[in-house]
Amino acid sequence: MISGFCVTVPPVSRTRGDAMYTQGLDSLGKDCLQDPAEAHRLEERFQQRVDAEEKIEPKDWMPEAYRKTLVRQMSQHAHSEIVGMLPEGNWITRAPSLLRKTILIAKVQDEGGHGAYLYSATETLGVSRDELFRQLLDGSAKYSSIFNYPTPTWADVGAIGWLVDGAAIMNQIPLCRCSYGPYARAMVRICKEESFHQRQGYEIMLRLARGTAAQKQMAQGALDRWWWPSLMMFGPSDRDSKHSAQSMRWKIKRFSNDELRQKFVDTTVPQADFLGLKIPDPELRLDESSGHYHFGPIDWAEFEQVLKGHGPCNRERLEARQRAYDEGRWVREAAAAWADKRRGGRAARAA
Amino acid sequence: MGDESRDWPLYEIFIRARSGLDHKHVGSLHASDPEMAIEHARDLYTRRQEGVSIWAVRSSDIIASDPGEAEALFEPARDKIYRHPTFYDIPDEVKTL
Repeated sequence: MISGFCVTVPPVSRTRGDAMYTQGLDSLGKDCLQDPAEAHRLEERFQQRVDAEEKIEPKDWMPEAYRKTLVRQMSQHAHSEIVGMLPEGNWITRAPSLLRKTILIAKVQDEGGHGAYLYSATETLGVSRDELFRQLLDGSAKYSSIFNYPTPTWADVGAIGWLVDGAAIMNQIPLCRCSYGPYARAMVRICKEESFHQRQGYEIMLRLARGTAAQKQMAQGALDRWWWPSLMMFGPSDRDSKHSAQSMRWKIKRFSNDELRQKFVDTTVPQADFLGLKIPDPELRLDESSGHYHFGPIDWAEFEQVLKGHGPCNRERLEARQRAYDEGRWVREAAAAWADKRRGGRAARAA
Repeated sequence: MGDESRDWPLYEIFIRARSGLDHKHVGSLHASDPEMAIEHARDLYTRRQEGVSIWAVRSSDIIASDPGEAEALFEPARDKIYRHPTFYDIPDEVKTL
């Protein structure tokens, strides 16, 4: 097998009428064409389809590297939604009113739903749900480093909705046009729901900013904590991003990390001004000639540390996921036993 | 995860948005039995009144055509342009045709 020419062939059934997609095979990297000329021809044809803005669907031929990139990115995205339930879930029992509590429950439930849409889309690439969970729990898959920061005050819930969901929206809107059909469709569904998340967060900030001096201070503190991590969410600068160029060619990605980050800053600074809060960046200023905000350097050393597992809450987050998995075991077993019993019952009635 | 690493079966979910419309594929989910598939589909795909009816089908029961055979399956229709009304030249004077 020549690396670089290794391409995946979906398991071809010889009869007409095949399964919808290569479900649950965990077959990544197994089937490889041996003939480099044939592989090259298929890759060229694939790229032409992508260039023509045709969507790639689960059973279509795709380069192994395209499939791997998607599995990595989509599963990271799914894991981020699931782990993202934790920092906000922390405040469900302590939300300041019954209305805020029901809103927060609905939002956290949405995040779980987004995780489920994305896992389901990732499974169309031939990797099982079980395998994806395993990768999250054993640390071999990553999730967005933003969720390794703590939520010490109620204002952090507001800041997450406003800034973290705001940054996520910037990232996700172009993904609605991603070349892989199931990912693009999942993103359309997700983006429709994200706007509620961002607006409820901003409204929390607005309420606090117009409240007592202490409440305004609390809002400022949350902005101070979440501003820089939110900018880091767009990923390393394009110069240092190892996957960017290829993902752009494959139209998985439409804009560079730096472009999206700049767009986020340009949109968000006036929103902070409206709140009367101060963005914690002494270098921040509007560049009249370009119309863009200039912002100070990002502390990428901190980003690397959090990514490597040394953020404030990395351990706590994974422990919470592991605990949920372990404590859910009896439920899964009971449901499986119930399904077996029902099947037995039905079979007996039918006999 | 060891021995219980058995995923619940996968179901494809179809939602009818309003009465009068077709059910449309929206995605998939895992469930231990058909009842759970409907309940999960309700929670997952209709949190904002997106539907009035749900179909759940075991993914393994769906038979799909092979993209590699798309040419053989669909090409024969391409040259049958006489199946379209625009193929026929009718003078403008003739009304309601």
